[in-house]
Amino acid sequence: MIYLQLFFSFIQVGMFSIGGGYAAMPLIQNQVVELHPWITMAEFTDLVTIAEMTPGPIAINAATFVGIRIAGLPGAVAATMGCILPSCIIVSLLAWVYYKYQGGKALQSVLASLRPAVVALIAGAGLSILAVVLFQGQAMAIKNVDWVGAGLFAAAFFALRRLKWNPILVMSLCGGAGALVNLFIVSQ
Amino acid sequence: MNQNHPVPEGKRLSTLFFSMLYISAFTFGGGFVIVTFMKRKFVDQLHWLTEEEMLDLTALAQSSPGAIAVNAAILVGWRAAGFAGMAAAVAGTVLPPVAILSVISLFYAAFASNIYVALVLRGMQAGVAAVILDVVWSLGKGVAKQKSTLDLFIMAAAFAATFLFHVNVIYIILAAALAGVLRAMYQKRKGEQV
Repeated sequence: MIYLQLFFSFIQVGMFSIGGGYAAMPLIQNQVVELHPWITMAEFTDLVTIAEMTPGPIAINAATFVGIRIAGLPGAVAATMGCILPSCIIVSLLAWVYYKYQGGKALQSVLASLRPAVVALIAGAGLSILAVVLFQGQAMAIKNVDWVGAGLFAAAFFALRRLKWNPILVMSLCGGAGALVNLFIVSQ
Repeated sequence: MNQNHPVPEGKRLSTLFFSMLYISAFTFGGGFVIVTFMKRKFVDQLHWLTEEEMLDLTALAQSSPGAIAVNAAILVGWRAAGFAGMAAAVAGTVLPPVAILSVISLFYAAFASNIYVALVLRGMQAGVAAVILDVVWSLGKGVAKQKSTLDLFIMAAAFAATFLFHVNVIYIILAAALAGVLRAMYQKRKGEQV
């Protein structure tokens, strides 16, 4: 039953993504690309791009996108409910513990150890997306490198890191520049 | 808590729902941005929460599993109007992204097979990769600054496990949490001996 599968997959995303935003990305990739053959890595990369350009948490965006694509609107509802259910339960519980014991050393220590792991997981997901950009699904070899994508990535990274440009602006410029270069220069 | 404000229950629920709907629909840029807007609404305008309470709730929302925006909505809704408040706030938060993504997903097939759209998306992917790795760079620098050998080891091991060996992400999270528990126990024992 596909609705239940979606529901339980996104329960796992909701339950194990700690740190918000990008932390959900590796879990979603794991569930919908690797464990279940629901979308391809190229579609996942599109999904992350769309999620970055639209409001709302990436996990909710992903739940709706994947749910609709494989099981229509009821699928989207099942996946989204799965995604927020663990939050509703765990947040209420933690709030209760927090107000009763005011933080708790053990909880803080656990969170401190999760942080470096979450950084590594986000790095892994980011590099998988970079691989899609550089090789467009082909084997990882120098002759397959998409040099337009590589150039755009380097320019975007510089604009974000050194010039502190706004991410939405950087992504929009990359989209426009990439389309123009591919249309007028590469295809000539 | 509930008797602190004179607004009747029903009015409070609709205020929660529509405030979150509005904030969620117009906030780009993830959890922390939305929490800032929530503070402006519920602390500065409506005076439903104190500033310290909002900071505590933000810390909780951030350290709980799930999306920060949803977690913050759960906490603020709960404090303002109990279980019904939580449901109203979560519904308001989730509805805009679900509606927007539904429309995009329905047109995605037609959308992505259009050559121009596909080319723009392809260019944007390069930008997205840069945005994510820029965030990773900042976060990684933060971890490195702590100069904790255990943290650096966890980061390296988690990276190898996910990127080279494709270990299920959930096991990696659980292993890191276990390392945290062991560290807490070790520090407690050391504290007792001194």
